[in-house]
Amino acid sequence: MSLLQVVGISKAFRGLRALREASFTVPEGDINGLIGPNGAGKTTIFNIIAGVYAPDSGRVLFNHQEIQGLRPDQVCAAGIGRTFQIVKPFAGLSVLDNVIVGALHRSKGVAEARSFSRSILKKLNLDSKSDLPASALTLPDRKRLEVARALATRPRLLLLDEVMAGLRPTECDQMVEVFRELNRADGLTILLIEHVMRAVMALAKHIGVLHHGEVIARGTPAEVVRDPAVLECYLGEETEV
Amino acid sequence: MTRAHVALAALLAVLLSLPAFAGPYALSVATLVLYFAYTGQAWNVMMGFAGQLSLGHSLYVGVGAYAAGAIFFHYGIGPWAGLWVAILLCVLLGVVIGFLAFRFGISGVYFALLTIAFAEFTRIGFDHLDWTGGPGGMFLRVAQRDTWDIANFRGPPLMYYYSILALASLAFVLCYFLLKTRAGYYWQAIRENEEAAQALGINTFRWKVYAVALSSAMTAVAGVFFAFYYNNLFPEQIFNISRSIEIILGPIIGGLGTLFGPILGAAVLTLLSDGITELLAALGWEIPGVKQVFYGIVLLLVVMFLPHGIWPAVAKRLRVDRS
Repeated sequence: MSLLQVVGISKAFRGLRALREASFTVPEGDINGLIGPNGAGKTTIFNIIAGVYAPDSGRVLFNHQEIQGLRPDQVCAAGIGRTFQIVKPFAGLSVLDNVIVGALHRSKGVAEARSFSRSILKKLNLDSKSDLPASALTLPDRKRLEVARALATRPRLLLLDEVMAGLRPTECDQMVEVFRELNRADGLTILLIEHVMRAVMALAKHIGVLHHGEVIARGTPAEVVRDPAVLECYLGEETEV
Repeated sequence: MTRAHVALAALLAVLLSLPAFAGPYALSVATLVLYFAYTGQAWNVMMGFAGQLSLGHSLYVGVGAYAAGAIFFHYGIGPWAGLWVAILLCVLLGVVIGFLAFRFGISGVYFALLTIAFAEFTRIGFDHLDWTGGPGGMFLRVAQRDTWDIANFRGPPLMYYYSILALASLAFVLCYFLLKTRAGYYWQAIRENEEAAQALGINTFRWKVYAVALSSAMTAVAGVFFAFYYNNLFPEQIFNISRSIEIILGPIIGGLGTLFGPILGAAVLTLLSDGITELLAALGWEIPGVKQVFYGIVLLLVVMFLPHGIWPAVAKRLRVDRS
């Protein structure tokens, strides 16, 4: 059963067509990846799912309900959590308070949100830093905080926008473990945009490849990396750089 | 925490017993300090907590003052009834401004300009409103000043001192608890990063409007106090932008978004500026505008050397919580 269906989404910014009829589905309980060269439209599609932009045409179905055009807070309320590629911590607040803001969404009060937040910080190995101001965190920790905050809203679907970028291989593997565990134990469905192929290959059951705003290939990681179209326009382009 | 509690209790004790050893002049200065501590706290809800810059808070002082003042002036009804009219009008105005701004995505300096515009055209409106005396002002009847007429809020300076002390204390306690609630968390999240706040399920439009509504309601009460303390109201004075600036200097200098900032800032500014004015007067120099120059210098120094305000620096020294 598909939890998220993106159906024929198009979006243009002042004539620049960022997405053309992009379609894909994310089955409930899966971890799926979305890859593609820079400027392929990955973040645009995330922002459309998360309610930052409304699509020019097409539909987004979450749990069989149309959600395109909803505000970001309504999308969150529907059960979709997201992280930002460029991290947006509440710099002046403590790490714990950052997560409490997210947890309050589905908590009766601050006390309940606080204890839930502590358990999430523990999962992400941030519990020793919970009293530090978010501004004091290193980039890998800020990425973890992004994930912790999104998880605190108790989503059914988690959208991860390049959370592995900038992490060392061991940190990356730790993060992969965290997501596997969340997926296995809590049944959390995950859609990730990622440049770090190591993480995508390890995590994703299915991968969609975006190029110039179109989905050019879909399949298992092994299928996708052998797809000639992908090799030509994505991996080919990467090696030219 | 306990250190802060002790300091707070000591401060309250000093303020409660102040009239016993302060003369009339000192008491009037203390009243002014507390007035600015209160209005600063009210403004801080909007800017310090929720991050929405208002440069037009004189609007709420003025409308609150005129509403309760006019009801007393025309119908002889005391401020306990007028207070609610004042609050209602100011909340309504605040919500209208907030709705217009936030619905159309106006933020930052453009929002600040909008708040100035509203204060300015309300001033012009009151200049043409005969019911409140127009530009000639409105004068509340001053009864004999030695009995405490609480129903009509007429009495000796001591009554006003304790009233504003109660208001400032209540505002402090309110803000202290607000910061620990959902509202406090949501406002600070919006202040720190609105986009992230929205992604975490916060209806930022609604919570920003709540902040404006609370801030304008609190400021309306200050306006009612102003009307009955000073007894005369002129649109040119009460809606003047310099009035708005006076309100915001305290929290900025004391420490934006902190609980003690508005109090400390109000004390530093009022005591020092009155001190300097007195000193110059004693030396026989009467320099108009010296207060504004002094405000400018203090603001400059604080922005340069203590960009987070005086309180966070003091709190660090005292090793107490920065809030």
